Amino acid sequence: MSEQATAREIDRSKMQVSDQVAIEINNMNKWYGAFHVLRDINLTVNQGERIVIAGPSGSGKSTLIRCLNALEEHQQGQITVDGTVLSNDLKNIDKIRREVGMVFQHFNLFPHLTILENLTLAPIWVRKTPKKEAEETAMHFLEKVKIPEQASKYPGQLSGGQQQRVAIARSLCMKPRIMLFDEPTSALDPEMIKEVLDTMIELAEEGMTMLVVTHEMGFARQVANRVIFMDAGQIVEQNEPEEFFNNPKSERTKLFLSQILGH
Amino acid sequence: MSDVSFVRTEMLPEQAPPGSEVGVIGWLRHNLFSSWINGILTVLSLYAIYYVLAGILPWVFLSVWNAGSLTECREIMNATWGGTHGHACWGVINERWLQLLFGFYPSYLYGRPILALVLLLLALTPILFNMISRRMNWFLLALAFFVTAMLMDASIFVWILRIGFAAATLFIGYQLVTLSGSDRAEQIAQGAKRLPNPLMFTAVYPFLMPWLMWGGTIWPPICAALGFVIGFVVLRFGKDHMSELVTMIAAVAAAVIWWLVLSGYVSDGLSSVLPIGIEAVESRKFGGFMIAILLGVVAIGASLPIGVVLALGRQSDLVIVKALCVGFIEFIRGVPLITLLFVASLLLNIFMPPGTNFDIILRVMIMMTLFSAAYMAEVIRGGLAALPRGQYEGADSLGLDYWQAQRLIIMPQALKVSIPGIVSTFIGIFKDTTLVSIIGLFDVIGLASAIRADTSWNGIYWELFAFIAFLFFIVCFSMSRYSMYLERKLQTGHR
Repeated sequence: MSEQATAREIDRSKMQVSDQVAIEINNMNKWYGAFHVLRDINLTVNQGERIVIAGPSGSGKSTLIRCLNALEEHQQGQITVDGTVLSNDLKNIDKIRREVGMVFQHFNLFPHLTILENLTLAPIWVRKTPKKEAEETAMHFLEKVKIPEQASKYPGQLSGGQQQRVAIARSLCMKPRIMLFDEPTSALDPEMIKEVLDTMIELAEEGMTMLVVTHEMGFARQVANRVIFMDAGQIVEQNEPEEFFNNPKSERTKLFLSQILGH
Repeated sequence: MSDVSFVRTEMLPEQAPPGSEVGVIGWLRHNLFSSWINGILTVLSLYAIYYVLAGILPWVFLSVWNAGSLTECREIMNATWGGTHGHACWGVINERWLQLLFGFYPSYLYGRPILALVLLLLALTPILFNMISRRMNWFLLALAFFVTAMLMDASIFVWILRIGFAAATLFIGYQLVTLSGSDRAEQIAQGAKRLPNPLMFTAVYPFLMPWLMWGGTIWPPICAALGFVIGFVVLRFGKDHMSELVTMIAAVAAAVIWWLVLSGYVSDGLSSVLPIGIEAVESRKFGGFMIAILLGVVAIGASLPIGVVLALGRQSDLVIVKALCVGFIEFIRGVPLITLLFVASLLLNIFMPPGTNFDIILRVMIMMTLFSAAYMAEVIRGGLAALPRGQYEGADSLGLDYWQAQRLIIMPQALKVSIPGIVSTFIGIFKDTTLVSIIGLFDVIGLASAIRADTSWNGIYWELFAFIAFLFFIVCFSMSRYSMYLERKLQTGHR
């Protein structure tokens, strides 16, 4: 994927990484049946970090971030999200999911509800926010992603880029402390990728903790403070973006970067 | 000079299509005579339609309406058209239509099933249509009750009812006329109060209907409703002391214990102390199309929620729940309905303690409900399978719990996808209610045989079955049209 140039300067003033730990993964292992998908993952993410996870398909990067909000179960090791240890206890899982927003490759908007209803559903039912207040918050975030005029439409009437921005706004309505992005631009036409990336950049500028699985290396270079390269279920290399792109250490990373940036 | 390069300097204006493509001629050309073969087929089809109608229409319309027996009918036909062939004798319908509709239900109580039907439609309106306002719904209900009170024999109590319902009807009707604002906000500005949800009446209806149909004192339906109240109270107050699952089980157990053990004594006791009620009608007097509607409505209304639960159970991770649901669905689907009905009519009595009065119609209702619930579960499972995994993940990632996700995200979409299948099952079970004639209930088919056994109408077939077919067609066709309306209404242009 080519490098997506952003027209404007990125404001890094609020992109501060604090000492507070947001996510901690210790010796985590996961199997699909007999297949060992994630092998001995160790990772600490501080509050305010923007982490891009890259790697070839099948390397386990999506599975990794899906473990963080328990969409996938892990079999060994410990995951601590925002101070809560992820276990089989449904109460813990629900608590973590309330604090962690997720954006999917295929948006996963609810097609039978209007955009506004998509945004207010979880605040009303999970956070027990009054309907009026939830709608105000929803309109605020719709304005933020620049599509307030679409509030009464259904997802099927929107373009892919608009749907993905709605999906981002839907997650934000729950006021999450951490955002997970699972290949948010991979299902989009090239013309629409930029509008979604711009939204994500704005979010980063406000200091949101973000874990992004993506092939958008331009985004990684500009926004991330750390790039993680995964292959065969392991973390192969992690570094600051400058170092990672200009001076990759492992052969596997070099090969990957030459393939992904070489055209 | 280059042959490849081309730049359009002005855009072409829009032109009218050629005359052979539009209007009546265009339509005929496209749809009926687009080629020689199509033209021949069109002519042949038109002839076939003419042939069928030429046979049926004279039979239906050149017919005898007033005759007391088949012999009399034939005499009139011979006198009028010089032959009996090709003319219907609707005299049998004219004479027996009330019986075909109500069976042996006492004729002076016909108002009760009619009221039950009217109230059924009013109870269904808030579920089926959302274009009718709450106020209109309550107005129609008050009107129905007022008309009922006017038709009842006068007494002091009835006069109180008449005045009460007249006042309510007038008041809501007055508001309907004066509150001109089409918008809720405008109406509130004009001083309108928000009326209670008409679904409240829908919730009461399942207890009101049996009382209207079977009569008796008002206590059995009230005691039956109390079971739900008890379950709800346990659920509400148990939550603070027990875990959710335990509370749920306790609530169900409390309700079941009430229904099976206590409610019988309580309602008997109350009935003997305070015998408030209306004349009782025994089940064996029920009959005709009324039975089809009664069984159909109960089976349809109860099988949808049971079907949803079974479909969810079949997808559950809990092994025992899943095995129970699969076992139930496969067993019921593997057995003909008629055997289940025989079980209901003959075998169930063997298992019951002697002396228990377990009504035959109630038994048949239960069997038909279970039968259609099994089919319903499979139809809904199809709808669930059509949903992408992403919908579950989207709901999960927002922190919705299992039941919230099912209720708000999964079921609305799964049910919408399954509407055609669900309505097919509804229509199927409604028509299957005619099978009860085999176990000795006098539904329309049973009555048709009974009418033919009468010497005056011995030998008449077509007219009776045509009438029965007509009755069923009206109901089934309405359901089919409604399902199409609903599909259009729920279309949100996705995928």
